[in-house]
Amino acid sequence: MEKYLSLLSFGDTGWGDELLQGALVTISIALATLPFGLALGLLVALASRSQSKIISGLATLYTTVFRGVPELLTLYIIYFGGQILLQRLWSGLGFSGSLSISPFLAGMMALGLVLAAFSSEVWVGALNSISKGQREGAAALGLTRGQAFRLVVLPQLFRVALPGLGNNWMVLLKETSLVSVITLQDVMFIATRANVATKEPFLFFSAALLIYLFFSILSAWGIGRMEMRANRGFAR
Amino acid sequence: MRWCEAPGFYIGHEVLERYGCRMADGLVLTLKLVGISSTLGFVLAIGLGLLRLRGPKPVRYAIAGYTTFFRGTPLLCQLFLIYYGLGTFRVFWQDLGLWWFFREPFYCCLLAFTVNTAAYQAEIIRGSLQALPKGQMEAGRALGMRPTAIFLKIEMPQALLIGLRPLGNELITMIKVSAIASLVTLFDLMGATRLAFARSFDLSIYLWAALIYLALVEIIRRVWGLMETRLTRHLAMR
Repeated sequence: MEKYLSLLSFGDTGWGDELLQGALVTISIALATLPFGLALGLLVALASRSQSKIISGLATLYTTVFRGVPELLTLYIIYFGGQILLQRLWSGLGFSGSLSISPFLAGMMALGLVLAAFSSEVWVGALNSISKGQREGAAALGLTRGQAFRLVVLPQLFRVALPGLGNNWMVLLKETSLVSVITLQDVMFIATRANVATKEPFLFFSAALLIYLFFSILSAWGIGRMEMRANRGFAR
Repeated sequence: MRWCEAPGFYIGHEVLERYGCRMADGLVLTLKLVGISSTLGFVLAIGLGLLRLRGPKPVRYAIAGYTTFFRGTPLLCQLFLIYYGLGTFRVFWQDLGLWWFFREPFYCCLLAFTVNTAAYQAEIIRGSLQALPKGQMEAGRALGMRPTAIFLKIEMPQALLIGLRPLGNELITMIKVSAIASLVTLFDLMGATRLAFARSFDLSIYLWAALIYLALVEIIRRVWGLMETRLTRHLAMR
């Protein structure tokens, strides 16, 4: 027991501080991905409702692809593909030497693209829930389409989309563990490294699991609070 | 030429031709992993979903804890805990005569996938059972049916219909997350593709793998759509 406690302690001999740092990285990448993925998802949702068949077709293609391909595969394609693309660009500009794409950025992009595909479905549902009369009313008041979207539709959208987006967030939080395979130093990566160093996989992967569980439970609580707040104007 | 080399040959893609057979074997392994774990998970989930609603209180809490745990943590971490973590208790497993199981990454993957998908499916089944109107059970009781008969003949058929679509989505999710089997040395479709990439540095092989996964997911979606129209044809009349 003493041995395990010392392994999890802070300082040079223990892995406690490293694990906490990993937890911070996990939360950072999830939080950094969220706005990018949600904004792109909203764009895709708006595109899928477009009058133009080409634009709505492209939106459908986008969601089909990124919902159907394993996240791990998307991650590899972005990471290695981005690397090759960047290198070509760099050499094409006449520079020498090698460039590499940061795991954080690659992970953020890959997870963001997937999140956009999944959240766009939620956005579409929310957009559909806003009755046509609202837009007609806005038009009757002389609001432009942009104003109507920004001032009338958008504020209502969030309330309806919140449960679905909450689900997206929980999935995202867990998916960040995949970024450890391209060497981002998140909880999962630290646990793997600690396992290699100490040969105590059970201890460290359990610790990692508990950290993820803590974040999940905290998120579920937070989302519940947000939903309550968003729905405060609506009688149940 | 073997059949699995044919696509690469006709497209003129050298790497796809050379690794076509490995990828085909990988696809079979992926299907095996997902097929077995989803089926076992489904059987488990029916029991868990039912006990979660109607079991004794401690059992209900235990199952709630189980689903929260497995749905609240990444499958990758669960897999590593089972494969690396449980593997360290070698002597214990040998005493129990279970070492053959925990030694094999394939069985560890199966175990991790099964307990994980069982948790998700149990929640789906619980939700579907809860969505049924109470009158259904009361009518069954009024007809003098026994609880087992009510469950099997009235509740389950309707609940599975409600849960059909989410269960299909869960199957699709399993196909996608099964790619992490490649991280515990298994050569599933993802593993075979990683090998091909590591040896050839040809990125397009990943795009071909993506296409195969996409096709797989699309097939399941179509089949599920057909199943849904067929199974709900008595409801479509209204």
